[in-house]
Amino acid sequence: MKQIFAKPQSMTDKVSHYCPGCTHGIAHRLVGETIDELGIADRTIGVASVGCSVLAYEYFDVDFQQASHGRAPAVATGIKRVHPESIVFTYQGDGDLASIGTAEAIHAAMRGENITIIFINNAIYGMTGGQMAPTTLLGQQTTTTPEGRRFEEMGAPIRMAEMLATLDGAAYVARFSLHDIPNITKAKRAIKKSFQYQLEGKGFTIVELLSTCPTNWGMSPNESLEWVQTDMMKVYPLGEFKTPEEGEKK
Amino acid sequence: MDKRVVFDENRCKGCELCVPVCPVDIIFIADRINKLGYHPATVTEQDKCISCMMCAKICPDLVIEVFKPEKKVAG
Repeated sequence: MKQIFAKPQSMTDKVSHYCPGCTHGIAHRLVGETIDELGIADRTIGVASVGCSVLAYEYFDVDFQQASHGRAPAVATGIKRVHPESIVFTYQGDGDLASIGTAEAIHAAMRGENITIIFINNAIYGMTGGQMAPTTLLGQQTTTTPEGRRFEEMGAPIRMAEMLATLDGAAYVARFSLHDIPNITKAKRAIKKSFQYQLEGKGFTIVELLSTCPTNWGMSPNESLEWVQTDMMKVYPLGEFKTPEEGEKK
Repeated sequence: MDKRVVFDENRCKGCELCVPVCPVDIIFIADRINKLGYHPATVTEQDKCISCMMCAKICPDLVIEVFKPEKKVAG
């Protein structure tokens, strides 16, 4: 028998603290596979966010720094400028990147920093107990919007990928989903592309991944995957919004 | 027969994401409880496994390893 699927070598053996069925684990694996395939484990430096993924450094067998809430792109900027030969990525959730860290993400993209951001969008604050995030869908119930998010009061979900694609400094901006195997395959391809563009020095790259939070959505893991497809994808269309070859796609 | 799919049951959190993606429908949740306190996903009908890797690709917890028989060399 020949082994055709195994844990990525750039990941540790530690069992994650993520809830059962949380797609963070899938996103971690895709990043790990990418690091393995590109053979860059010895020069990759990750920057973890604040949120559920705060302990990401426990799961990757590469150098890691943990940044203050939302500041991962700023920390990554510093690391990349001091060590330009390194491959620097941040791993941030939506509460981190699309809320307190919006400015850092936008300005890192504006400056065209040669870093990669893996952005996990699950439309809720996970770690703190399911409060409304900027990415929460209209009508979605959270602990701070028990009757559902209302536009008149709380505004509408923020689409980070579309917004960042308008910036000249951004080289590659894409959004994919982790709700089934074909989409996981596409997400993997996008993550690998984003790292490759960084290796080529193309500039700022970000891959947004639609993810689940079964615990705070109050659904089973399989129901959560279904909800990504039926509800989230209507608000967050998938695809590449900007590539170095074609520029912004409108 | 050697196993085609190996579940590291003590990593499993019993989320069941692997159950519906299996095209030959051989993954089930066991009655026993693992070290983490969950009912782990498992496979007993190894002979029906087609090594498609679907379960491993959807698993968030790196529970599953997949194997494929080596091609027989002619002659």
